[in-house]
Amino acid sequence: MSNISIQQVCKVYPSAPPVIALDNINLEVNEGDFVALLGPSGCGKSTLLNLIAGFELPTSGSLLVNERAVVAPGPDRGVVFQEAALFPWLTVWENVIFGPKVQGLPRAEYEERAHEMLSIVGLHDFKQHLPIQLSGGMRQRVGIARILTLGSRVLLMDEPFGALDAQTRLTMQELLLSVWQKLKPTILFVTHDIDEAIFLSNTIYVMSARPGRIQSTLTVPLSRPRTVADTASESFRKMKLDVLNLIRNHHG
Amino acid sequence: MLLMNKAVHLKRLLLGLLVPAIVLLLWQWTGSQPNMAGIMPTPLKVLEGWHSWIFGSPGLGLNPYLGTWVSNVEYSSMRVVQGFVLAAVIGVPLGLLIGWSKLIAQMFDPLIQSLRPIPITAWLPFSIAIFGIRDIGSIFLIFLGGFYAIVVNTTQGARDVDRNLVRAALMMGANRSQLLYRVVLPAAMPSIFTGLRIGLGISWTAVIVSEMVAVKSGLGYVLWDAYYMGRMDIVLADMVSIGAMGFISDRLIVFIERKVLVWRILQSH
Repeated sequence: MSNISIQQVCKVYPSAPPVIALDNINLEVNEGDFVALLGPSGCGKSTLLNLIAGFELPTSGSLLVNERAVVAPGPDRGVVFQEAALFPWLTVWENVIFGPKVQGLPRAEYEERAHEMLSIVGLHDFKQHLPIQLSGGMRQRVGIARILTLGSRVLLMDEPFGALDAQTRLTMQELLLSVWQKLKPTILFVTHDIDEAIFLSNTIYVMSARPGRIQSTLTVPLSRPRTVADTASESFRKMKLDVLNLIRNHHG
Repeated sequence: MLLMNKAVHLKRLLLGLLVPAIVLLLWQWTGSQPNMAGIMPTPLKVLEGWHSWIFGSPGLGLNPYLGTWVSNVEYSSMRVVQGFVLAAVIGVPLGLLIGWSKLIAQMFDPLIQSLRPIPITAWLPFSIAIFGIRDIGSIFLIFLGGFYAIVVNTTQGARDVDRNLVRAALMMGANRSQLLYRVVLPAAMPSIFTGLRIGLGISWTAVIVSEMVAVKSGLGYVLWDAYYMGRMDIVLADMVSIGAMGFISDRLIVFIERKVLVWRILQSH
């Protein structure tokens, strides 16, 4: 069953001349799949994610998640932001339980899950810390724990590891892979990093800019579960070369 | 290392005291000149007058500068507290709503922006005409003085909320009122405190000005009254008292701010 279904979606920003951010996007993502949107800045990949999240509405076309039209943001679609977007005045724990709390769910229902998710991301000993006391990687761990606690089955990730140093990024990628292996949510991952897209996803949608279009769809040949060793394999390198050529040819 | 630090501190303290000490000496010298009698009391005379103003026995109450300091400080402080609390209670929620809702901004912004350039001193005759020579006129001016600073800063704080924080809250299922209370309010808190501090400073200006004209008690009233009575020692003691009260109340707000905004203080280090 298709979890995210996007048909002929366009997004135009009214200005003189109008900016066509997305042009006729068609995309189907199956439940439990892990897909990457890869492209240069300005290709509209974050705009597409914002549309699925419900932060913005498409100019035309249809956009369904779990067979329901997206009209507003909601807990069924958890978003991990580039800069984590944690509430700086709340502790790690308060940030993680923010969602269930504002929804008025009974404590017993979410506290156990929140503890579990904080353990999964390795932050169980940091519950009483404020976000400012954490490193960039740890903040993203909180960002992930909070949408897992929210119970979102669709995770939308907008270059979440882009601002991290190489070593932390790798650790976070491994963490995300293990979370996905364990819980099998549907993940749509926006990135401009080719290695990251190959290492993480099953399918890569390569986007091109002005106007934003899906240029090609590639299936990643690596088996699961993946480890860092896969990034040094022959098929990884071949795939990377394919993607590079694809992007280079397109840009002429 | 510690010793050197101590020496540096001592040096800084002495340097900081040097100029005030010179000013005090000059003042003492000027005040003791015969032709300055009745115009400029010496610092020692001021201390003497202040002491009896605070601790003197009022006796039959014929001398208003014996033992009346505490009650006058109380009068002024109570007016500031009432006017300022009123300004905060109305200014903070209104500022949040103006910053948050375009509709409310369109309703209130023009009025506030067009009244704001009128200095509170210009409101004095109007205030006396409406409220008479009573406490409420003074409180009205204090409210007005504090209100603008609080509402304008709160509005700015609410407008500057990080868009992604709002999006994150919506994504997690917050409704509009939760957004206002749980995201916009805490995010605007640093600006709100800036507004409160500025507003409180203006409130002290307002209380003095209004007491000079619109009521018959408090530090502002004594200031003008003592001048007419030729008690320049009391005038100067009164000025220092006003400064001290302003300083103490500002420290009080900063103290509360440090308790409330721990996350913000950690951020700036």
